[in-house]
Amino acid sequence: MKPRTIIDKIWNEHAVRAEAGKPNLMYVDLHMVHEVTSPQAFEGLRLSGRPVRRPDLTFATMDHNVPTLNRESITDAISKKQIDTLFDNCREFGVELADIHSPNNGIVHIIGPELGLTQPGKTIVCGDSHTSTHGAFGALAFGIGTSEVEHVLATQTLWQSPPKTMEVHVDGRLGTGVTAKDIILAIIAKFGVDFGSGYVLEYTGEAIRGLTMEERMTICNMSIEAGARAGLISPDQVTFDYLKDRRFVPEGAEFDEKVEQWRQLATDEGAEYDERVVIPADEIEPMVTWGTNPSQGVGIHGTVPYPEDGKSATEKKVIKTSLDYMALEPGTKITDIHVQHVFLGSCTNARIGDLREAAKIIRGNKVADGIRAMVVPGSQQVKLQAEEEGLDQVFKEAGFEWRDSGCSMCLGMNPDFVPEGERCASTSNRNFEGRQGKGARTHLVSPAMAAGAAIYGHFVDVRKLDQTVSS
Amino acid sequence: MEALTVHEGNTAVLERANVDTDQIIPKQFLKRVERTGFGQFLFFDWRFKSDGEEDPSFELNYPSAANASILIADHNFGSGSSREHAPWALQDYGFRVIIAPSYSDIFYNNCVKNGILPVRLPEDQVYELMQNGNDKEYHLTVDLQNQQISDKDAGFQATFEIDPYWKEMLLNGWDEISITLQYEEDIEAYEKRVKV
Repeated sequence: MKPRTIIDKIWNEHAVRAEAGKPNLMYVDLHMVHEVTSPQAFEGLRLSGRPVRRPDLTFATMDHNVPTLNRESITDAISKKQIDTLFDNCREFGVELADIHSPNNGIVHIIGPELGLTQPGKTIVCGDSHTSTHGAFGALAFGIGTSEVEHVLATQTLWQSPPKTMEVHVDGRLGTGVTAKDIILAIIAKFGVDFGSGYVLEYTGEAIRGLTMEERMTICNMSIEAGARAGLISPDQVTFDYLKDRRFVPEGAEFDEKVEQWRQLATDEGAEYDERVVIPADEIEPMVTWGTNPSQGVGIHGTVPYPEDGKSATEKKVIKTSLDYMALEPGTKITDIHVQHVFLGSCTNARIGDLREAAKIIRGNKVADGIRAMVVPGSQQVKLQAEEEGLDQVFKEAGFEWRDSGCSMCLGMNPDFVPEGERCASTSNRNFEGRQGKGARTHLVSPAMAAGAAIYGHFVDVRKLDQTVSS
Repeated sequence: MEALTVHEGNTAVLERANVDTDQIIPKQFLKRVERTGFGQFLFFDWRFKSDGEEDPSFELNYPSAANASILIADHNFGSGSSREHAPWALQDYGFRVIIAPSYSDIFYNNCVKNGILPVRLPEDQVYELMQNGNDKEYHLTVDLQNQQISDKDAGFQATFEIDPYWKEMLLNGWDEISITLQYEEDIEAYEKRVKV
């Protein structure tokens, strides 16, 4: 049999109908739902008298609007209505919901893996572009719009054109102190903000194999920031070890059987992709974005570019517009950029490993004067785990705010946002204009780099920090 | 969904690349639980100054873009968040057709499912349209059946590609769920076969 990629394998196994020249009707194994992109879909079902076809393959949570302080009492009336609407819809249609009071509540892309809902070989969708996160397990996972949410609720399927495949090979070993976030920011900076458009990406190479599941999720999470339809990593022992004993994962002999099936999913030796790009791991440094799209980033020892550096008239204009918005002078050293806010959170970087990584740098230090720093764990489980490890104390003693879970300042739909004209070092995924608040200026970084910026007040090379800052 | 066959209308030129859905409709307007009424918030942070007045320097506020129903934009239009509120806002504002060199995949799907035709044209043709329309009213006729775009005066003429499935959906204004439910037997057979 011809060697196949994991993408081809999952695709072929899920085709309910496949006619040449038409999109295929694809079966969906897991549908995650949240409060912002689902109300109109449930309303559509109600108007046409349709049930949810497979409530057992559907799982809901509330995350975007949830306050991270006093989460029980939502003061914004419209936010509250959206939250209440999801609650009512889940009850009416029989969908399991990790509501605001549930110990399993959290950001949709954090709780899926946490509960073991996310598994290798599954097709997973959610009305949220960062659904690509679940690809870390060797699942084909992608974001959809609300019309498609309704379509999946009603039929458990989606019409999809077969994707093109691309191998993104991270060649060789990573340098010490370089993290998963730096890898994905470097990939997008090197190949461009839409290089993945139309493709499903598979990340390969020694540097990827060496990552934990949480780090792999950080990489796959930002596939959408390269415009990709999805991004995934072939499963291996690291994947299986992570999944064992999680709530929705089979136990005992059934688990062993599953593992054997999952092993077969990995891309075959010699399989061909439609496209391949390579980035040498040793050229990747801790990254910081300077602009208003995620490809506008450089290594910590870099400088802010000049509009003239753009390769085309369009790109020159894009750089100029970004620098105007960010209020940055070309040629400025990245290490000279001062911030007023530090946000440690989001579906990209708010898992327990991310908090540990930041806490290592924070421990025994203080947040610099004039900086507001905040930790928003990705789920209530992550929060609990961190508190058991005493990480909350480390952050609080340094001057961080310690919050409940939610999407929070990644997009500022809840009360957490960055004021106009101020600058934030953020572990989230988008530095778009106004993303963290109208007129807010976002610099995307890893948790370690955010921690460094919190202590020094500006970006620093975290590889060169002593454990404790004396000044 | 309203069928779209031949559309004639004025154009608005948005000479910007990588316009993300956070710009098309900022997050503070995603809290509604209805599909309607989003047009007033379209490009909110660009369209309005902080005092709530329209910003005359924003492209959609140019007199030449009055009553525009065709939006011309640069590469990677609709990138970022999957929010369908973006096409809802564009449609509610009055847009039926978008013309750009490239789109994000999710945004493209979201448009088609709401009866908005996203046309892909080569960069040089898009830039020609931008030139024609950026300082004066500029009307185009978009013929989906024949996959053609033309104007009356400047002599612009182009053909475009579109997936035949999406084309049929748009031409007929079909409800996709009804179509899929005709394949109920296939879905059931699949569920039995793989035991989901």
